[in-house]
Amino acid sequence: MTAARDPRLVLAVLGALALGSAALFMTWGVNGAWGFALPFRAAKLATMLLVAHAVAVSTVLFQTATGNRILTPAVMGFDQLYVLVQTVLVFALGASAFAGLDRRLLFAGEVAAMIAFSFLLHAALFGGARRSLHLLVLGGVVLGVLFRSLAGFLQRIIDPNEFAFLQDRFFASFNSPHHGLLAIAAAMALAASLLGWRALRRWDVLSLGREVSITLGLDHRREVTRILVMVAMLVSVSTALVGPVTFLGLLVANLAHAVMPSFRHAHLLPAAFLLAVICLAGGQAVLEHGFGFDTSLRVIIDFLGGILFIALLVRGKVR
Amino acid sequence: MIEAIGVSKRYGETVVVDGVTLRLPRGGVTAIIGPNGAGKSSLLSMIARLLPMSAGQVRVDGLDVARTPGAVLAKRLSILRQDNHLPARLTVRDLVAFGRYPHSGGRPTREDAAHVERALRYLALEGLAERFLDELSGGQRQRAFVAMVLAQDTDYVLLDEPLNSLDMQHAVAMMRLVRRAAEELGKTVVLVLHDLNFASCHADHIVAMRDGRVLMQGSPAAIMTPEAIAAIYDVEATVHEIGGRLIAAYFA
Repeated sequence: MTAARDPRLVLAVLGALALGSAALFMTWGVNGAWGFALPFRAAKLATMLLVAHAVAVSTVLFQTATGNRILTPAVMGFDQLYVLVQTVLVFALGASAFAGLDRRLLFAGEVAAMIAFSFLLHAALFGGARRSLHLLVLGGVVLGVLFRSLAGFLQRIIDPNEFAFLQDRFFASFNSPHHGLLAIAAAMALAASLLGWRALRRWDVLSLGREVSITLGLDHRREVTRILVMVAMLVSVSTALVGPVTFLGLLVANLAHAVMPSFRHAHLLPAAFLLAVICLAGGQAVLEHGFGFDTSLRVIIDFLGGILFIALLVRGKVR
Repeated sequence: MIEAIGVSKRYGETVVVDGVTLRLPRGGVTAIIGPNGAGKSSLLSMIARLLPMSAGQVRVDGLDVARTPGAVLAKRLSILRQDNHLPARLTVRDLVAFGRYPHSGGRPTREDAAHVERALRYLALEGLAERFLDELSGGQRQRAFVAMVLAQDTDYVLLDEPLNSLDMQHAVAMMRLVRRAAEELGKTVVLVLHDLNFASCHADHIVAMRDGRVLMQGSPAAIMTPEAIAAIYDVEATVHEIGGRLIAAYFA
C-alpha cells in the first residue's frame, strides 16, 4: 500500500520551491542597478507565470477531457494552429492593416478563430466511434506539421516586409517575450479561468471517462466543450507570449499526476502550475547564469519533455 | 418501468439493433441473453443514454432518456459497462463516493458517507477501502465499481456483462449479490449475460436477442428448452433439472 501523503503538504512543498525559483530568477547575479534589473526581470517573470498557468491548466484539462496522459494541446498541433491563424491574418490583411488594428480586438479575433478551429478538430478526431490513441497521436502530429508547413508556405510567398513583421511576432521567447500583450493575455487567462472556476468537481467526475460520467449525470458534451474553449483561449495566451512550447505541458501534467497523491483537480491544477513555474523560472535562472545563455530554455524543456513522451509511449501503460 | 419503443441502432448500412420494443416491469432481475453481435450491449447502452439511438424512444418511469436532463436520470438509473477508464490515483472509497455525485453534487453530506459505507460493506470491500484501484485484481475492481453503482442508489441498475473477468467463485458471488439487491433493496436489475445457466438460476425474466431483434422472452422455464436454445444460439443442447434448477448442457 502506498503511503498516503497529504496533498496539501505536497502543494506547500511545491509552492515553496516555486517561490524559491522565482526569487532566484529575480535576484541571481544582479550587479548594481537594482532599480533597472528588478522591473526588467519582473516583466519576464510575469510572462513566465502566465505561460505556466496557461500551459499547465490547458494540458491537465485537455488530458482529463480526452481521458489519456499522452495527448496535449501542443502535441495535437494547437499552438501551430495559432501561428497559422496569425500568418493567414497578416497574409490576408497585410502587415500595415494588421499593425493598425487594435491589439485587443485582434487578439480576441485570433482566439475566436482558435475556438472555431478547435471545434472542427474535435469533431474530426473525436466524433463518431472511439479512435485508438495511437491514431489520435499520429493525426495530431500530422496536423501540427500541416499547420506549420502551411504557415511556412504563406510566410515564404508573403511580402518580405510583412514577413519581417511576422518574424518579430513569432520569435518571441522566454528571453524576449511580448510585453505589449501581457495585459491582454492576463485578462484572457483570467477569463478562461473564471469560465472553469465552478467546474472543478465536475472535472473530477469527467476524469472517470465518458460513460461513467454520463451515468453519474454529468452533461459530458457540455463539459468537454467548456474545456475545449478554455484550452483554445489558454493556448492562444501562451503562444502569443512566447511562441510554441511543445513539451512543457506534457512534462508538468505528468509530473503533477506523479507527485500528487490525489485525483482532484483542485489539487492537480495548482500542482501542475507550480511545477511549470519551477521549470520556467528555475530553468531560466540556471540558464542565464549557470550556462551563460549558451542554450535556450525551450530546447531543454522540449528535450526533457520529448524523452518523457517517448518513455510514456514505449511503456504503453498510458491509456 | 423501462419501455423501449422501436429502438434501432445503425452504423451506416449495418443494423445492430433493429426496432426493439420491450417493456421491463419494475422489480426483479432481467437477463438479456443471445449470441455475440446480437445487439445486447448496444440496447443496454441506449437505454442508459450512453449511445444515441438511430430511431425509437426509451422511457424510464415515463421519462424520455433522450430529453430528460442527465442529472435527473442519474438518480433513477445507473449502468456499469465492461471496461472502465480509471485515473490511477483513486482509492476504492473515492470511487464508491463518486456514486453519490448525483445526490451530493460533489459536496458529500453525512448521509452520503453512510451510503458509501453501506455499499462498501455490501460488497465486503471495507478492508480494501483505502487501496488504490490499480493495486487491485480484476475481480476486486469489478466489485468496487458495483459498489459505486449501489451507492448511487438508483431504482434501476443496468449491468453489462458483470461476470466478465470473474472466476467461478466471484461470478457466483456477483449473481447472489444481484439477487440480494433485487430482493432486499428492491432494485430493478437488468443485466447482459453470456452464460445461459447463470440466467436460468438467478433471473426472474429472460430476454433473448438475436440479429438485433428480441427473439423471445419469458420465464427461465420458457426459455430453457432445447428448441428455444437452438433457435437463439444455433446450438444443440439438452436441458436437465438439477437441484430444482434448469441447467443446459451444450459443452460436448
